Amino acid sequence: MKYCKDFIVVENETITPTLFILKLQYPETLPEIKAGQFVEIMVKGEANVFLRRPISIHDVDKDRNQISLLIQIVGKGTEELSKLKKGESLNLIFPLGNGFTIIGKKVLLVGGGCGAAPLLYLARVLKQNQIKSDILIGCRDIKQLFSKKEYESLSNLHIATEDGSCGIKGLVTSHPILDEDFDTIYCCGPTPMMKAISKLAKERNIPCYVSLEHKMACGFGVCLCCVVDTNQGNKRTCTTGPIFLSSELKDF
Amino acid sequence: MNNNTDKRLEVTIKDMVLRNPVMTASGTFGYGYDFEDFMSLDSLGGIVVKATTGSNREGNPYPRMAETSSGMLNAVGLQNKGIDYFCRSLYKKIKDINTNMVVNVSGSSIEEYVEVAQRINELENIPAIELNISCPNVKQGGMAFGTDPKMASEVVKAVRKAYDKTLIVKLSPNVTSIVEIAKAVEASGADSLSMINTLFGMAVDAEKRQPLLSTITGGLSGPAVKPVALRCVWQVAKQTKLPIIGIGGIMNATDAIEFILVGATAIEIGTANFINPSISQEIVYGLSEYLDRHNIKNISEIRGII
Repeated sequence: MKYCKDFIVVENETITPTLFILKLQYPETLPEIKAGQFVEIMVKGEANVFLRRPISIHDVDKDRNQISLLIQIVGKGTEELSKLKKGESLNLIFPLGNGFTIIGKKVLLVGGGCGAAPLLYLARVLKQNQIKSDILIGCRDIKQLFSKKEYESLSNLHIATEDGSCGIKGLVTSHPILDEDFDTIYCCGPTPMMKAISKLAKERNIPCYVSLEHKMACGFGVCLCCVVDTNQGNKRTCTTGPIFLSSELKDF
Repeated sequence: MNNNTDKRLEVTIKDMVLRNPVMTASGTFGYGYDFEDFMSLDSLGGIVVKATTGSNREGNPYPRMAETSSGMLNAVGLQNKGIDYFCRSLYKKIKDINTNMVVNVSGSSIEEYVEVAQRINELENIPAIELNISCPNVKQGGMAFGTDPKMASEVVKAVRKAYDKTLIVKLSPNVTSIVEIAKAVEASGADSLSMINTLFGMAVDAEKRQPLLSTITGGLSGPAVKPVALRCVWQVAKQTKLPIIGIGGIMNATDAIEFILVGATAIEIGTANFINPSISQEIVYGLSEYLDRHNIKNISEIRGII
């Protein structure tokens, strides 16, 4: 079941000048939300943007009926969202997409930049399912690192920064944690990073789930704009995805 | 008011009775059931499902969409699984939806249009087809049929012979004289005209110095096209006798009323469905409210008064 309802902004936390976390209150009991699902946000205000903005769900607080969205300012729409204040309402279509398949006994989560957003809720769900996880986050510098405490409470956190300001210096692909044995990899971030991690998973013959980000008009399967080329032809990122096994994707 | 029973809104297109003039446009409403979570499908006058062709089509490569000022461009390219799959699988899922389920029929050749129309003619719960001679996003066929009066006439005549229920023909605005095409289609046996399909357009990324669509060009929809659509409906309504279904950037009931004032019998909601998935039902309520406010006994009273 999908819903089109108003949420209320509880908090708008600035991480960096171009990165923020919106915490939103749902006025009713939240329906079941899977890690890796996303929302489509109606952008009001002066930006005058036409379509909704698809944003992945960063975290879910079932007890409080709240969700968090980690958003990077990339254009007029996300800039307008960054100006939202506590108490303002926001119309969302949710929950959208397939979500991550929860499997494995010892799994690795790999996230890059703001693309790591859905991994926090994934780590939470994995912990609830008693699945041991390690999480590797890569970002430019320590300032870009978000939700560090939350990650640490749910998983073994490993960090790679390009300038070495936190964790190892370099890209996630050079982190030694990748040498350990895992039975499943979940990956979300820039496409070159996801491709590199997928390649590694393929070499080890383990499943690698990746989260794709494609331009879409609706988010619920009817516009057919967000297709990705798979082994079974064009599939919609919004409904068949956004989570795909990397082995299903032609480009990976 | 229960819109199912607001008799003031009832309209007829040839043999098809619509409980109200509000329909949804092909390619923006899936197969109807995609919207069941958001609204009551039986509140609508009709649903036009995604374009169906003779065989499976993968459509165009990604990226297929670009947001523009007050609208969007798409270059989907008629992605669908073909008429066999439609008859075998999709029809079962939509045949009991309690509204007029219309199928948008597309093709690359007259034979393909005729084949698809023939197959749909056999489906009991499909009261009409919308012949798509106006898709700008396929290399062969599509818009080529809708921009030349002779070709438009040929395809409509051929389909008319093969199809005996309500035949709606969807027209392209990408022509010098839409009236000329409309007259040719009328003379060839169409029962109704729906207009307009998308405007042929393009969008460019100045920073990357490249087009935003994989196909370079695409079809523009949304409020940006409404003035063009209103003009087309107005011109054709004055020059033909066929009932017209107005399409183009309708975002609310006021927009819908504007189309009816210039001569439309019904309207289709398109791009707005992406932004507000219950908008079509809300527009039905809005039409009733407009009639209340202006003390109008039947929607036909205001049809074509401009």
